[in-house]
Amino acid sequence: MSRTRGSNQALALAQGLGWFSIALGVAEVLAPHRVTRATGLHGHERLVSSYGVREIVTGIGLLTAKDPTPWVWGRVGGDALDLGTLAAGVAGPQRERSGVAFLMTLGIAALDVACALALRRPLPAAMASFRRRSGLPKPPGAMRGAASDFVVPADFRTPEALRPLNEKAG
Amino acid sequence: MRALCWHGKQDIRCDTVPDPKIEHPRDAIIKVTSCAICGSDLHLYDNFMPGMENGDIMGHETMGIVEEVGSEVTNLKKGDRVVIPFTIFCGECDQCRRGNFSVCERSNRNKSLADKVFGHTTAGLFGYTHLTGGYPGGQAEYLRVPFADKTHIKVPLGVPDETLLFLSDIFPTGWQAAVQCDIQPDDTVAIWGCGPVGQFAIRSALLLGAKQVIAIDRVPERLAMAEAGGATTIDFSKDSVVERLNELTRGKGPEKCIDAVGMEAHATATIDSMYDRAKQAVMLETDRPHVLREMMYVCRPAGVLSIPGVYGGLLDKVPFGMAMNKGLTFRMGQTHVNRWTDDLLRRIEMGQIDPSFVITHTVGLQDGPNMYKTFRDKLDGCIKVVLKP
Repeated sequence: MSRTRGSNQALALAQGLGWFSIALGVAEVLAPHRVTRATGLHGHERLVSSYGVREIVTGIGLLTAKDPTPWVWGRVGGDALDLGTLAAGVAGPQRERSGVAFLMTLGIAALDVACALALRRPLPAAMASFRRRSGLPKPPGAMRGAASDFVVPADFRTPEALRPLNEKAG
Repeated sequence: MRALCWHGKQDIRCDTVPDPKIEHPRDAIIKVTSCAICGSDLHLYDNFMPGMENGDIMGHETMGIVEEVGSEVTNLKKGDRVVIPFTIFCGECDQCRRGNFSVCERSNRNKSLADKVFGHTTAGLFGYTHLTGGYPGGQAEYLRVPFADKTHIKVPLGVPDETLLFLSDIFPTGWQAAVQCDIQPDDTVAIWGCGPVGQFAIRSALLLGAKQVIAIDRVPERLAMAEAGGATTIDFSKDSVVERLNELTRGKGPEKCIDAVGMEAHATATIDSMYDRAKQAVMLETDRPHVLREMMYVCRPAGVLSIPGVYGGLLDKVPFGMAMNKGLTFRMGQTHVNRWTDDLLRRIEMGQIDPSFVITHTVGLQDGPNMYKTFRDKLDGCIKVVLKP
């Protein structure tokens, strides 16, 4: 059975989001004035720079973590923060620019949520299939000791002095 | 032919390489029909195992059809169906005559290097470090099998590859782990790690008659599969392993402990795990022996620690005084595959176990590089990957 395609695509997307985070973060840290001008957040350069640091950290996390899922959810949290900030900008004098940035961020947030959901652990239904994978012809209790005809080789035996008392007595 | 080749840390590629040829009269060439990615391949993937070289062909769980044999191979012929054990052995040296095939004295062609690193040589292994011979592996379309007159398991036609393939490594490895415990009917066997070897160790311990089998991991699907095999499970991300093991053994600890994790124990929120991570980062330690420490601590005095998990080098802060004073017995080593496979093949044919239960993914060779990452990161419910060249 091959069930890899969806999850590999989600992994590739998570990696892409990681690079996107780093690129956006670098821009926000190095050129906050340009970013605030483009998003209608003039006067909030220090706030945007701090968001840039967050983006860089999240991007590194996405690219280096064994399981990127928590980092993708971290991006979703960051998106909420960005949307809140841009919503405040929509009420300001450069509402058109903030509005466009708000819609773009909303789209990216949707992509982040989709990625996080695609990376999630198996659903209960999938777990049920693992619970059926015993490899045994009967319930485990009925198979206990089925190979008791096996004779443990002498070089693998527990030293006599360390054997349970009841067995030594027997 | 196409083959999965190692090019550095987390860099496996499906390359086109020269076809293997008979190099010695005891060689055979097999056409690979199925091969698998093993947990110990991940130690190479993550570059924790020294002695790899750019372009090395990966893979040591392989089966196929004999294509060609050398002049001294009289017990195989073209068309025979064989599983290839991951340990290469001559069958004639002192160790082989004792059945200790994984420490064959003759099959490691880099013996002088192995002697320097290990004190004495171990056997040659397929698709592994040059410390164990640097033999090309079986994640390929064809495989050269040295000492082929001994290094094979002839298997019958009509049984699917998926049922037989794991005779090459993980089934006998899990079996040997349980056999090393010399299981008695009143024993509790605790098994760290519910990857493929852990899963086979669980079922082997059950079949050999352990009263209670306890499996420890944190990945839900692996724990579910462990329960299916009859184990009581402990999720170490939620519960204290030591407390739960003591609860389940009336405060006495398990008699037998199996380490099916090895050198890359997951760093949890324990002080020793963080210590290992930090030391590994500055190259002052090669392996993370958290499981070994925990086994030594929790095992019942006079108990047995069985270690199929692979370790590669230097371990730090191992409480050997604790182990000595508790009188623990250690049994470990690479698996003497062919010592067990006749019996295990018989058990498969009798229907006592169908090893294919562990397979979660089957893909072509070209998808192998991606599957290394999926398997390493335990994504997509991945427990065992079979490749079809």
